[in-house]
Amino acid sequence: MAIPSSISDPFASKFLPSSISDPFASSYQPSRISVPVKIEQTQLTTLRRSHCSTLKASMGSPGFTQQLNNNKLETLADVKDDRDDIFNDLKDRFLSFKKNVYMANPEQFENLAKVQVPKFMVIACADSRVCPSSILGFQPGEAFTIRNIANLVPTFESGPSEVNAALEFSVNTLQVENILVIGHSCCGGIRALMGMEDDGNTSFIKSWVTNAKNARVKTKAAASNLDFDGQCSHCEKVSINHSLVNLLTYPWIKEKVEKEELSIHGGYYDFVNCSFEKWTLDYRGTKLEENGRFAIKNKVFWY
Amino acid sequence: MAIQSSQLAIEQLKNLLREKEELNEVVTTKIEELIVELQGCHPHPIDPAQQIIDGFTYFKFNNFDKNPELYERLAKGQSPKFMVFACSDSRVSPSVILNFQPGEAFVVRNIANIVPAFNQLRYSGVGATIEYAITALKVKNILVIGHSRCGGISRLMSHPEDGSIPFDFIDDWVKIGLPAKTNVMKEYEGYDFKEQCNFCELESVNNSLVNLHTYPYVDREIRNKNLALLGGYYDFVNGEFKLWKYMSVVTKPITIPLKTNEGFKL
Repeated sequence: MAIPSSISDPFASKFLPSSISDPFASSYQPSRISVPVKIEQTQLTTLRRSHCSTLKASMGSPGFTQQLNNNKLETLADVKDDRDDIFNDLKDRFLSFKKNVYMANPEQFENLAKVQVPKFMVIACADSRVCPSSILGFQPGEAFTIRNIANLVPTFESGPSEVNAALEFSVNTLQVENILVIGHSCCGGIRALMGMEDDGNTSFIKSWVTNAKNARVKTKAAASNLDFDGQCSHCEKVSINHSLVNLLTYPWIKEKVEKEELSIHGGYYDFVNCSFEKWTLDYRGTKLEENGRFAIKNKVFWY
Repeated sequence: MAIQSSQLAIEQLKNLLREKEELNEVVTTKIEELIVELQGCHPHPIDPAQQIIDGFTYFKFNNFDKNPELYERLAKGQSPKFMVFACSDSRVSPSVILNFQPGEAFVVRNIANIVPAFNQLRYSGVGATIEYAITALKVKNILVIGHSRCGGISRLMSHPEDGSIPFDFIDDWVKIGLPAKTNVMKEYEGYDFKEQCNFCELESVNNSLVNLHTYPYVDREIRNKNLALLGGYYDFVNGEFKLWKYMSVVTKPITIPLKTNEGFKL
């Protein structure tokens, strides 16, 4: 496959999202439900590697093969390479997973190798701070996961995309029982959405977050008294609900929700205060055609 | 004791296998999958809310509360060194298999960890993630991780030759990997289907790496030696991980003279 020769840049992007995140004061006060402090760890534990220590894998590497294995790519063995430390870093990471998780649960992984039966489909942001496996403890095999900028779900009418391909697979083939859309605090994508100017400049980020432009409109209407940071926080939550409603534009999703074979949930992770809110779409109470409103139920807040 | 309907069904299956011995391998696989699926079925359905609360509580007490400095820093901003493309498959979360902690990797997950080529009219979702990772976050490494038994690759390899009804969205997405399929069918003609899928899982990672290079900002950062593209392959059947680099080289040009002193040489 030919590697493209020099690429000119007709669309040099002048759009740079403004500073990624500042600690902000949220003026949204959810009702607090305190939770009994009881940790029942019935799930498998995974090794949490402290950020300031290095784990040296003690096993040799019978299972680790490192090879440049495609003859279409050039290799230059004599070039001084400062990426070798990256290779070693990734090797250490995999070996610690292999030793502490994979080899510790051989039966589970043998089963998983044959088939996956996840109960959840999770749509989360690509942000490095909000991996659903880390913050919600999903183990291998539990959650089929999509991650994109600002955890958006485009409508059925917007045409094929990677999000609806994943929805089609998880709902129709894997037959997951729950879809969970997780938003989070200090989201750069939402910030870009709220700060977008109609100045004729285009960029991928702008095109993508435009999928949530209704959320921006609603936010500006409901939260115009808040400062920009406050509006962004508000929009993060409005956008989650907007994505939940967009899920219902898919006929096969709507059908399953009607039959109560599938539940749709929203979640919001605030990593400034370490809290998590979760709510479920109440399909029976939702009357979108009548008044554009939708109902939620089972709302909980953990902190 | 009345004969259970499952016993009747099993007898039917046995008869079928006697008649058509060639089905043996397919039937074995399907039965194994069914057993695993049934073992996974709980007599009492797991309450999703409880599962999430357990997971979050564990994270809060064992991770967040124990690392206040880290999370204070992360609350102000993120500066991950890695951008990772991984499959949506529930078995291949990069945080789990490569132990990424919060703040370390900007992760994009989609079916079959595909990266389409730069296209201003489509795929703004993927384009936005690359644009953001490079221009705003200034990641140093992009890692594309493929994996064994990938359903998306399997679909790419089997459709439309198997005559199945097309999916609205899945087929449109996985067809981005067609160059990988073409290469594999040519180079590994005659291998059995499962082996071809394995080769395609690897080849598709390379296809994605090449596609990544078509993004102007990716190309710029590679030229400035600020960015490395890496390929990975997680084989969860054998518990192995392959890792390799993508490198592109432009050699210095040689000058071919228009004519020499003796006139044109043919």
